[in-house]
Amino acid sequence: MTTAQTRPTAPPLLVADGLRKTYQLPGGGSLVAAHDVSFTLPTGGSVGIVGESGSGKTTVARMLVGLVRPDAGTISVDGRDRMAGRRRGRGERLARAREIQMVFQDPYLSLDPRLTARQCLATSLSLHAASDAHERIGELLDRVGLGSREAAARPHEMSGGQQQRLAIARALAVNPRVLVLDEAVAALDVSIQSQILRLLVDIRQDTGLALVFISHDLAVVQHVTDETVVMRRGTVVEQGPTQRLLTAPEDAYTRALLASVPRRGWDPAAAVRDRAAAVRDRAAASAGGQPSAKVQD
Amino acid sequence: MLLDIDRLTVHLPGTARPLLADVSLRVAAGEIVGLVGESGSGKSTTAKAVLRVLPDDAAAHGRVTVAGTDVLTMTGTALREHRARRVAMIHQNPRSALNPVHRVGDFLVERLVHTGDHDRRTARDRAVELLDSVGLNDPASRLRQYPHEMSGGMLQRVVIAGALAADPDLILADESTSALDVTTQAEILALLRDLGRRRETGMLFITHDLHLAAAYCDRVYVMYAGRIVEHRSGHTLFDHARHPYTRGLLDCSPELGVSRPLRPIPGRPPSLADGSDGCPFAARCPQAEPACEAWAPQATELPDGGEAACRRLPEAAAATAGATAKDIP
Amino acid sequence: MSAVPADAPAPARTVRRARRPVAALVAIGFLALVVLAAVLAPLLAPYAPDTVDLSSSLVGTGGEHLLGTDASGQDLLSRVLYGARTSLVAPVLLLALAGVIGVSLGTLAAWRGGWVDAFVSRLTDVMYAFPGLLFVVLIIAVFGTGMTTSVLGLGLAFAPTIAKYTRSVALAERAKPYVDAYRVQGMGGARICVRHLVPNLARSIAGYLVVLFGEALMSLATLSYLGFGTQPPSSDWGLMVQEGQSAIVQGALLPALVPGTAIAAVVVAFNVAGVHLADRLGTRR
Repeated sequence: MTTAQTRPTAPPLLVADGLRKTYQLPGGGSLVAAHDVSFTLPTGGSVGIVGESGSGKTTVARMLVGLVRPDAGTISVDGRDRMAGRRRGRGERLARAREIQMVFQDPYLSLDPRLTARQCLATSLSLHAASDAHERIGELLDRVGLGSREAAARPHEMSGGQQQRLAIARALAVNPRVLVLDEAVAALDVSIQSQILRLLVDIRQDTGLALVFISHDLAVVQHVTDETVVMRRGTVVEQGPTQRLLTAPEDAYTRALLASVPRRGWDPAAAVRDRAAAVRDRAAASAGGQPSAKVQD
Repeated sequence: MLLDIDRLTVHLPGTARPLLADVSLRVAAGEIVGLVGESGSGKSTTAKAVLRVLPDDAAAHGRVTVAGTDVLTMTGTALREHRARRVAMIHQNPRSALNPVHRVGDFLVERLVHTGDHDRRTARDRAVELLDSVGLNDPASRLRQYPHEMSGGMLQRVVIAGALAADPDLILADESTSALDVTTQAEILALLRDLGRRRETGMLFITHDLHLAAAYCDRVYVMYAGRIVEHRSGHTLFDHARHPYTRGLLDCSPELGVSRPLRPIPGRPPSLADGSDGCPFAARCPQAEPACEAWAPQATELPDGGEAACRRLPEAAAATAGATAKDIP
Repeated sequence: MSAVPADAPAPARTVRRARRPVAALVAIGFLALVVLAAVLAPLLAPYAPDTVDLSSSLVGTGGEHLLGTDASGQDLLSRVLYGARTSLVAPVLLLALAGVIGVSLGTLAAWRGGWVDAFVSRLTDVMYAFPGLLFVVLIIAVFGTGMTTSVLGLGLAFAPTIAKYTRSVALAERAKPYVDAYRVQGMGGARICVRHLVPNLARSIAGYLVVLFGEALMSLATLSYLGFGTQPPSSDWGLMVQEGQSAIVQGALLPALVPGTAIAAVVVAFNVAGVHLADRLGTRR
């Protein structure tokens, strides 16, 4: 089976290997948010992580950027382990920030309400001691298509699309190698969504920024990714090139997920039956065995 | 006709353009009708007009009838009855529809008692039936759960059960699956279609997702800047959309298995402060001509029974004397 | 199919109309006058506050003394005006101290979570369980009487309330993704808290402090009344009430009534204004 590793390219930029995270629930139970999640991302590549809510995709995103510490597994960028040498102070923190940046789902809440667009970018730049901050702010606003009027606006004075553009500009301000987008276009209207997707594709082409694109919407994922990881209940169900996954899914759950996307001649009831069957099959297959039925090469 | 909105115009004081302009829309019993538009297009205002919950200072002209009764002139008991029993609304966020400190059962029993057909004892049994009918397993024990103990999909089912409590004629679903992931969305939509068919309920399905509306609804109205710009049957929309805005929406919506590049519509929708007498889409329209800026939009009937409000449709062009009749690409 | 005008006036639909906050405006106006009067006391007061004139002891209202005099013949209006200075400044100092401690502890607890949060929460709970005045009396027993000790003691007593409030709003603020974004950008916790989190909470904390002001003034007046706070010859309203008390048996109500009314009016005004302010800050996003 094809995965990112078999691509005849340079060593991967981002390697996530065997990520695990279990949350202890207040009631005494536990929730496996991620179980043995592994994938790689080449320089300038783009990987999608798809799954329904509760699949663990957001936990993976938060582990990548260091907001959640994995119970096990490693994440490395350019062969540099992000987990090693934790808490070694400011320099280390900033270096890690320049490896991976993130754009969040809620564009409004992900921006500091007190700061104008310009101040927001200036804060990021000064944190990373950019010398030509003034010039860079202009470049960044330009890059994401924000004009001088928006530069002086606070988040509540901007539209959702403008807010998300600013969030992307803020992420770009530190010159990251990888950008993680967690449902970054889910809250936007389609016409705005397509503008943002277009922007991401352009930025990726121009700068070689690698993307980890997390979404529940396969139609969106297909437009911005080369590879896709399908997750369900914390485990990877299937992973491979996005096109192959869409045209010839190997796993019943992936097929069910595809069937859930509205399109011509779509029947939601059939999609529901597909998914129920897939879940049944999986339960039968893994009865007594490992809960993870990871498709691996 | 179950819901009949006839040339509804809603104005807010101090705004340049109306919230709704000349909106006509119909929903028959048992029918699922989509209303598609982006934020600020007026789709939620339309739903509010049906419930008569428009802002106090809004001036409404036109006619809204539900099962033959005029909604805009209703008052007092009739209006309360209308809101409580005839029409039910399902919002985007089920968590905001439910009181977090009340059990799910309390919410349903309250609604059932409120609508007047039940006392607390029979209401409880009816609540179990309702939860069962929306596909929640073990409904009796669900009654004792709190909203935070349930997932978004389950809660939306509870809200739907609440909406069904009064056995309404018309359901207004306002982005009611937008917050859910695709698999849960499919479940809820299958449920709503099934319930609608069995109870002969009409549904106005409001969404920003044109693909979803086209795939799910019998008929679809597309709204832009407070106006209906196109009205078609669901299955003709994908390939035969006639209004440039509808086509623009299709071009910028990602479609599964189709890897054409996305073509965003340039610019952004007009705000309430942008008043123009002409076609509101002219400023963003790839096919606009100078005359469009001054053309007061009116619907043109299409051969297949649909309608579109574009000056450059051949039929409209013919009707507008003096306009240069070029073919639509 | 003709369009029917349907904008007929709907009866009794005033739900959306915001009530004009008349009470709050009156309260704020009154407080502004009180502050002005305190600042301009040397200009407004007809007498020096410590002018003793035993010949006009316990004079009633009118004539030479607008609000009458106390037992030592001091002009009550002048004393109340000068007393306002201590009575108004002391709560500000008290709340500043309590605010710095409370906001720091609350933010620390919310940010660090875990044992730090547990420790701070226990600490505030213990302080909570302990009656504030009793705690201050204890402090005064150790460090001696006086306004400074009172302000310090009450500042410590008020800090837990503020810490608790700050913790709850900081927890909600911390959960917003912009805070995550700062962390992802490599910003340290201390800088996030001091430069971004707390400034974003400033409005709601300020509203809360206004609500507490009345209580602070009341507590300080109580201490002075009990003889623990302001010591003669300086004076404040609490002390004035205490001094005026003995005059009551001689049939003169004014020496206790004037400062007492001042306390009550200012406390009520602060509560009305504070509640209004807290409402506004709370409903605004």
